[in-house]
Amino acid sequence: MQSETTHKKTGKNGGRILRVLTYMLLAFWGLVVLFPFYWMVLTSIKSYGAYNSEYVPKLYTLSPTLQNYADAFTAVPLARYFANTVFFTAATTALMLAVTVLAAYAFARLNFRGKNFLFVLFLSLMMIPNELVVITNYVTITNLDLRNTFSGLILPSVTSVFYIYLLKENFEQVPDQLYYAAKVDGTSDLKYLIKVMLPLCRPTIVTITILKAIECWNSYVWPRLATDDPQYYLVSNGIQSIRENGFGRENIPAMMAAVVVISLPLIVLFLFFRKMIMAGVSRGGTKG
Amino acid sequence: MEKKSLKGWLYLLPAILFLGFFMVYPLIDVFVYSFEENYNFASQTYSGMGSYNYSYVLRDPYFLQAVRNTFLLVVITVPLSTGLALLISVALSSIRPLKQLFQTVFFLPYVTNTLAVGLVFMILFKRTAYTDGFVNLLLSWFGAGPVDFIDGPYAAKLFVLCLYTIWVVMPFKILILTSALASVNQTYYNAARIDGTSRTRIFFRITLPMISPTLVYLIITGFIGAFKAYSDAVALFGTNLNAAGMNTIVGYVYDMLYGSSGGYPSYASAAAILLFAIVLTITCINLLVSRKHVHYFS
Repeated sequence: MQSETTHKKTGKNGGRILRVLTYMLLAFWGLVVLFPFYWMVLTSIKSYGAYNSEYVPKLYTLSPTLQNYADAFTAVPLARYFANTVFFTAATTALMLAVTVLAAYAFARLNFRGKNFLFVLFLSLMMIPNELVVITNYVTITNLDLRNTFSGLILPSVTSVFYIYLLKENFEQVPDQLYYAAKVDGTSDLKYLIKVMLPLCRPTIVTITILKAIECWNSYVWPRLATDDPQYYLVSNGIQSIRENGFGRENIPAMMAAVVVISLPLIVLFLFFRKMIMAGVSRGGTKG
Repeated sequence: MEKKSLKGWLYLLPAILFLGFFMVYPLIDVFVYSFEENYNFASQTYSGMGSYNYSYVLRDPYFLQAVRNTFLLVVITVPLSTGLALLISVALSSIRPLKQLFQTVFFLPYVTNTLAVGLVFMILFKRTAYTDGFVNLLLSWFGAGPVDFIDGPYAAKLFVLCLYTIWVVMPFKILILTSALASVNQTYYNAARIDGTSRTRIFFRITLPMISPTLVYLIITGFIGAFKAYSDAVALFGTNLNAAGMNTIVGYVYDMLYGSSGGYPSYASAAAILLFAIVLTITCINLLVSRKHVHYFS
């Protein structure tokens, strides 16, 4: 450990105190992060009666129950919200990938007139905040009669200029020789893109897929504007409507069961793809 | 050559269509909307062009309340979260055992649904007829009286909102700062160690200058992000933020557009452009200030 050798001035004792303080700080923040998760799982397995009789909340429960989970799926259309979100996430991400891959390939590999100008134009679009364009999109979708449809939900959520940029950078690292060799063999551009470029750039593809999926799963603002029919609610809107008029305001345990169900998929995804997600976010994440 | 040119545009066609239709056109349109007076959403008519929408928004008490809330939120959460993230990242990079575990745990809020976990925060802080809630239990151990953080005094509500915002933005900042700290060239530290430099001096003379570009990046994105706060507030206080007195500028835009007080895209556009102007100004100031203080190393 490098720092073991550094405390000539602080001395061995000072170093140990510092180490203890360091771990205490980290443990404290770990507790702050994890406690809400603990509380949500804990509350979700307390029975309705038990929860409401605790004037002083208990930090544990001796009689866990899964009844709340059953309630969450029967009393409110949680399964539908869930299915909607899965479909929305899959469709949006797939469309985004198709659009992004084609555009990135054009910018990285093909030559055409106006390419540089168009690329600068694309880059400048990265600075446009979503709040500015959402107003017109809402009006457009309303006028096209696309509110409360999946097209209305999905189409405005597809574009991601930043991912085009990210993928283009990656495509450009693929050696030109491969392209010329493929051309000599008579391979078409599309075939080259699918058979050579995509496998070579798999990590970036996976990264942007996961980042987009997270974004879709958690999106709230656009789905709220584009839908007011619970048939088309996504989980974020679902949880909000559950909160406002779902189980009746007092059934907090069932509400927490719904929250657990909604949070679980992304947490599982994260635990599986931890390295990839964290690397991806540090390259291209924007939240905070 | 001509055919090749066509191919490039063909590959870009989907992206151009999507961006043109859902980004470029709306961007132009939002400026037009903001100057159309008395725009009627149902009949799509307006009486004339002018700056009335702006003066209406600027005189609307709800907008002023939203601006106040947003500014307070920004001023409180950006320095606190950046400072805390720096402290935690420095702590993280000084340890080896359990480092990965801590990193994983600290990142968890990033992958959670803001609306869903906000509900948990609400329950932790809320005081109802049946229970004072967990946070009030903690307070009572220190002899402090029960406070309703969700429907109670303004300061208490602002406190919860700031706390939750910080909780949500920390993972990103910790991640970015940890990788910045890891990329500082070790030779600087080795040289300082040979000279017997103290830890504090090493931190302020080497570490901080070396990671200052990252810090500036985080502060700027932090400002932008905090100015756009909305769903955190919805998660804690419900969709009727005006009634709760906790609306944000973005919340005001959406309320004007949609919801019980909605149907006014012109006011929404004017408010959105005002927000954009504020964010742009602050970002420029940030950049100007940082240019004087940041060390860029090649």
